[in-house]
Order: sequence, then C-alpha cells, then structure tokens
Amino acid sequence: MGFFSSRKTIFVDSDILVVGGGFGGCGAAYESRYWGRDLKIVVVEKANIERSGAVAHGLSAINCYMGMQWGENQPEDHVRYARGDLMGLVREDLVYDIARHVDATVHKFEEWGLPIMRNPETGRYLREGKWQIMIHGESYKPIVAEAAAKAATQVYNRIMVTHLLMDRTRPNRVAGAVGFSVRTGHFYVFRAKAVIVAAGGASHIYRPRAVGEGMGRTWYAPWSSASAYGLLIEAGAKMIQMENKIVLCRFKDGYGPVGAWFLLLKSHATNAYGENYEITRFNEIKALVGNYADIKPMPTCLRNHAMLEEMKAGRGPIYMHTQQVLDTAEKEEIGWEDFLDMTIGQAVVWASQNIDPKERASELTTSEPYVMGSHATCSGAWASGPDDCAPDDYQWGYNRMTTLEGLFGAGDTIGGSAHKFSSGSFTEGRIAGKSAVKYIMDLKGATPEVDEQRVAELARIIFKPLENYKIGRNEIVAGTVSPNYLLPLHGLQRLEKLMDEYVGGYTTYYITNEHLLNRGMELLTMLKEDLEHLGAENLHQLQRAWELHHRVLTSESVARHTLFRQETRWPGYYYRADHPKLDDAEWHVFTGSEYDAKTGEWRMSKLPVHHILQWAV
Amino acid sequence: MPTFVDMTKCDGCGECVDICPSDIMHIDPVHRRSYNIEPNFCWECYSCVKACPQHAIDVRGYADFAPMGHKVRVLREKEKGSVSWKIKYRDGRVKEFTFPIRTTPWGSIKAPGDYEAPDANALRSPLLAHEPTALKVAALPTLSSAKK
Ligand SMILES: Cc1cc2nc3c(=O)[nH]c(=O)nc-3n(C[C@H](O)[C@H](O)[C@H](O)COP(=O)(O)OP(=O)(O)OC[C@H]3O[C@@H](n4cnc5c(N)ncnc54)[C@H](O)[C@@H]3O)c2cc1C
Ligand code: SF4
Ligand code: SF4
Repeated sequence: MGFFSSRKTIFVDSDILVVGGGFGGCGAAYESRYWGRDLKIVVVEKANIERSGAVAHGLSAINCYMGMQWGENQPEDHVRYARGDLMGLVREDLVYDIARHVDATVHKFEEWGLPIMRNPETGRYLREGKWQIMIHGESYKPIVAEAAAKAATQVYNRIMVTHLLMDRTRPNRVAGAVGFSVRTGHFYVFRAKAVIVAAGGASHIYRPRAVGEGMGRTWYAPWSSASAYGLLIEAGAKMIQMENKIVLCRFKDGYGPVGAWFLLLKSHATNAYGENYEITRFNEIKALVGNYADIKPMPTCLRNHAMLEEMKAGRGPIYMHTQQVLDTAEKEEIGWEDFLDMTIGQAVVWASQNIDPKERASELTTSEPYVMGSHATCSGAWASGPDDCAPDDYQWGYNRMTTLEGLFGAGDTIGGSAHKFSSGSFTEGRIAGKSAVKYIMDLKGATPEVDEQRVAELARIIFKPLENYKIGRNEIVAGTVSPNYLLPLHGLQRLEKLMDEYVGGYTTYYITNEHLLNRGMELLTMLKEDLEHLGAENLHQLQRAWELHHRVLTSESVARHTLFRQETRWPGYYYRADHPKLDDAEWHVFTGSEYDAKTGEWRMSKLPVHHILQWAV
Repeated sequence: MPTFVDMTKCDGCGECVDICPSDIMHIDPVHRRSYNIEPNFCWECYSCVKACPQHAIDVRGYADFAPMGHKVRVLREKEKGSVSWKIKYRDGRVKEFTFPIRTTPWGSIKAPGDYEAPDANALRSPLLAHEPTALKVAALPTLSSAKK
C-alpha cells in the first residue's frame, strides 16, 4: 500500500447493516428500528440516500397497491396477476406476503407527505390501472429517505461496498461487508450481526441503444450496478431466475415509461400502417405459448414479442398515439407530469425534436435487457419465505434470509417476487428488517467474527486498480491506451458488446443458442481475468472498477442460467433459438445457481415452483 | 441531456457534488467550479439542477439523439412544496407546468423509534409496524382467508 499511505482503515460495528439506501434499504432501516429500539442500525450507500437509486428523479405512480380498504383487490389477486405475467413462475409465498402488507406502506407514505392523487368522484386514490395509483412523486425519494435517516443510527453516504465478509469459523454465515469511501479513499470494514442487502438491479450489462454521450440514457439508472447480485454471488448465495432479464417497451430514445399512457390515458400503439399488431398477431402467439396467450392482461413479454415481430417484418416505426387522448388540459398535464416526475429525458426528446404529444404520435421501441427483481421480472436471491404461508421447502429460517445465514435481502435483490416496484420493495425491506431483528434477538450475543487475514487481503485487492494505473501510466505518453491496464469504461464496453452479441441483446433481436452462449462465456472468462488489470485514475474510477466487477459476475450468472434453461419461457424477453418453445413438462421450475469464488465453479439446479393458490393460470 | 455548468453563476459550493447519484459532478481544481466529469454516465435525473442554489446547472439533450435549441428548466421550491417546469421547444414553443411535491413540512416524519415500543411477543407475529391499523382493514390477510 506504499502509494497511498495516508489511507486509513475504519471499523464500524453494528447489529444490522443495510447495504444500499434505495427503496428496499430505506424500508429495512425503518422497520428494524421499530422492532429493535436499542439496536445499532447502519445504512451504507454509495451515493447520497436523498437521491440515490432507481427513484432519483422521483416517480409518477406507485405500481403496487391493493386498495383492500375499498375492496379493490386482495393479495391473492395480485399473486394471480404476477404468476400470469411471469408465465407461471413466481414465488407465490413471497408475492402474497408483499401484497398483504403493501397497503400499509403506501398509507404511511401518504401520512409522511407524499401527494397521492385522488379520484374526485370516488374520493379514493386515482387509479392508473388495476394495481397502480398516481402520485405527484417528484420528492418520493427525499421523503422516504427522511424516514430512513430518522430510523438509522447512522447513514454512511458515498461508500462503495465491494464485498461481503463471512464469519471466520463458519463460512456460511455473514459477518459484515467492506468497501471504500469515494471521497476520502479510506477503507471501511463494517462488522455486523445481520446484513440486509438492498443494492438494486442492473443496467449496463447489455449494450445500450444510446451511444456515445447518450450512453447514460438507459431505462434503469446507470448507477444500478448489479451490486446486489455481484455481492451475493461472490459470497456463495443461491440465486434464481437470472436468465429472466427484462426488456421494456418504452418511448424511443428518452425511454419514457408507457404505463400511464396505456392504462390511465387509454392511448394505444400501432405499427406504421395504423394496425393494432397485438390483435393481428394473437393466433401466432397462441401457437407459440399456448394458453399463456389468453392471460389477461397479456403478459408483458408477449406484448414485447408482438412488437418485435412487427419491427422485424419492417412495419415500424411503432407509434404510441398520444395525440388521440390528450383532449383536455388536465390530461395534457398528466401526460407531461408523468415524464417530468420520473424520466425527464423524455420531455427533452419532445422539446428537442419538436414533438407536441397533443399533436402527433411518439415512437416506441424495446430497450436493451436489464436484470432486476422488482419489476415484470424476478431475478435475484433464493430467500426463505414467511412461516405462515411458505411451503416447507421454501423455508429454512427467517423470512427473506438468503441461503447464507444472517444475510437478508429486499427489492431487486430478492428473486421470485415480481411486480413489487417501489412500494413493494420498501415493504420487502420492512419484512426483512423485522426478520433480521428477530434473528439477532435469537442469536443472543453469539457475534460473528471477521477473518483478519481476509480483511487484509481485501484491502489489497480493492485498491489495486489505483496502483495498476499509477504504474501503467508512467509507461505511456498520454491518452487512454495502455498495454498493461484496462480502464473501467473499456471493460464495461467489452462486457456490453459480448452480452449483446452472444447472450441475446437487442442487436440480435434478443436471440441466442447454446453455441453462442458457450462462446460468449469463453470471452467472458477472459474479461474476468482482465479485471485483474483494471486501472483507476482516481477514487471515482475506482468506484466504476468495482461496479464493473459486480456487473461481470452478474453477467456470467445470466449467461449460465440462460444456457441451463432449455426452453423459451418468455418470448419478447429473450429467445433460445435451439429451444424455441415453452416447455412446461421440463421447465415449470426455477433455475438455481451457486458460485464458488475459490474454484470459479457454478452449481446449477432446478427448484420447484409451488402454486400455493390453486387456480389455473 | 447531460448537465453543464454556467461559469459565471457557479460559486463552487459543492451541493451538486454532494447529491449526484452518479458521482459525476466534481469541482474543477483550476477553476474551482463544478462540471460534469462523465456526461455518458448522466441519467438526466436533474437532482443536481434542482439542488444548485445558484441555478448554475443546465442540461443540453444528449448529442446522439436530441437536436439542439431546446431547454427544460426547473425550479424546485422545497418550502413551498412545489416544482415548476418551463419547456422550450427547438421551434420556440413554450410549455409551463407546476406540480406539488409534498403535503407536510420537511423534517416532520415521526421516527419509528418515537412510537410506543411494540410488545415483545409481537416480534413473532407476521404483523409489521403500525399494522393492522395502517392497513385500514380489520386484520392482516392470511392464506386461510384467501379465496382460492
Ligand atoms: C424510470 C423508472 C420508472 C419506474 N417507475 C415506477 C413506477 O411508476 N412505480 C413504481 O412503483 N416503481 C417504479 N419503478 C421501479 C422502482 O424504482 C424499483 O422497483 C425500486 O426502486 C427497487 O428498489 P431497490 O431498493 O431494489 O433498488 P434502488 O431503489 O435502486 O436502491 C438501490 C440502492 O443501492 C445503492 N447501491 C447500489 N450498489 C451499491 C454498492 N455497491 N454499495 C453501496 N450502495 C449501493 C444505490 O445507490 C441505491 O441507493 C421505476 C424505475 C425506473 C428506473
Ligand atoms: S451546486 Fe451550483 S453553485 Fe454549487 S458547485 Fe454545483 S453548480 Fe456550482
Ligand atoms: S442530472 Fe443527475 S446524473 Fe446527471 S449530473 Fe445531475 S445529478 Fe448527476
């Protein structure tokens, strides 16, 4: 460490450590304080919790609200919806658990000051769709962060967490996490009795459609760095459904969401010739996936599929006919607020391209794929379920505990529980928070111990990119090209290109097969080896270096799972050209994986899908 | 639309550096004013624009798909509880909108630790904080009550 001798090592001890102060993390902090009055609860966040995570802009809708007080929906209705939308495969116990608690979360948000729109006729929350309610949500994140900041003993902003720490004597038990301050460069060692990871989903593992300066215009935030998966996979937690990446139908280039347009404003989409392709292609879709095509509303992936077939047939652009629905000033405001609250870039596209949505239609497109656990998709960690509704083999301890003891998760981190969105992620954080308190109470002082040697080793590994750069930089005149180091951006772009070309990105129309996947994994292995040579000019680039580590390990997991599942379960998300059909006989299961960081080996498995509510899909 | 900073307005206070979720607003060591160090990692989230006390930060649509000549300006008035937008089109048309952002005073949220401490046995129940009251239904639904 000769180069950076002013670096300090700072130890922070806590009972509960929350990694990531987004929606899941804020919920976890709030609830663990409610139940654990005397506990030391620490939140560690790579940005600033006031505006961190996927909700940095704000949002214009809460997408998961039952409305039980008005008898609008019951939790079991939401299970039916999530199961259908994910083509049969969700952890119904987890979905049910979120759905039954989520209304209380939303009522708290309103009490805290979040403006929720009301329907003037009924006095109820204004529904965008069956599950969504409209909000004036510019300050959604600062409000939720205020509650979390008041709950936590301390919030550490601007610390990039790089690895989890395991117990010295019991490698299956978590003992904390390490990272570094992006401001001071100090090395942080967090020792904790329980850890809740809520570090969000993954953008930028596939080549984005935007190029050059626009590269940051991904639909999911560019700072959604796959850390939740990268941290857990490296530690050996069992992951599921990592092949279930999501592709989104969005307004072209600005990536403005379509929900309010389709559901509230009742706009519709057509091809360039004015034809409604979801109707004209229905029989073809039915031939592909059978009865799943009849699910109402049509599963998200199948709607993508119809649009993709239309684009392939040369009948684009696909248009959203906003001009047909903005017939009042009120509706125009709703349309604009939708984007100004949550995707300001779309408003910029309209202003810059002279598109007045009142006058003309806007183009739609399908995005690059993302890895998430909280949207119409459910990649993430295999977690223990609630003891009053999880089947026996979905329970091995505390609710939302992963397969590693003392390690909990929430939001995008947890697999199998699709359609939780902002409110459900916060709710899942609350569930995990209470559960972690219970775990600690039961532990009665049996504090885990970190392994000093491992900590010393990590200190060396984490800061190595700074040294790589310093040494390599002396060998060249100027510029970005070095024979001895790779900049984080170089590595990221290599990753995005190979994931795109071999693992079903947009340039291949999301198609892959066994041969492409194997070749992709060969190249991915070389990229993984090259990460040893990452060069970071400064602490900001060191953050980028570790984000890349998390993205690469996550990508490897995505590729492995995509290879393992020999069917095409979600046409419109991705296609296995060598197994083009949905195969319920063999694959009505979750795909699971466990990674061994020492040997680099992956253990794949099939895990059962139990339908705890017995109606046909 | 990545951000850029007006040299004459910025006073180098660092608010934007503190808030940017992407860690890309940094203070230039020579000019002592802030700038976007990595425009290709900007999400155009406007967090920095809203936070700047000098209104020194603006955005210009991403070069790869946004033609020039537009402006999307914002004024977030925290204490008034509103956010106002002014959108200027490339062809000069203008649209203005104002939306509420919060209905209660900033800092007014009751901390979870300030509620009466729950009964120790409740830790074993599936109820979360403030339930069942906050659910606004009589009881937390359970699987046995679900219509199957
Ligand atoms: C454009 C857009 C529109 C959306 N629309 C809606 C909507 O209308 N309604 C709705 O309900 N939901 C919507 N969502 C979804 C919602 O935002 C997510 O479901 C939710 O934020 C997921 O919560 P999370 O806690 O898992 O992740 P996040 O909220 O993203 O939080 C993750 C946190 O972890 C931090 N972090 C990551 N890595 C590290 C690390 N290595 N070390 C330390 N900290 C780290 C991040 O900075 C962040 O604060 C939308 C999302 C987007 C992007
Ligand atoms: S917040 Fe505004 S004034 Fe302060 S450093 Fe940033 S740009 Fe300059
Ligand atoms: S707009 Fe958002 S991402 Fe871009 S510089 Fe400002 S705070 Fe950072």
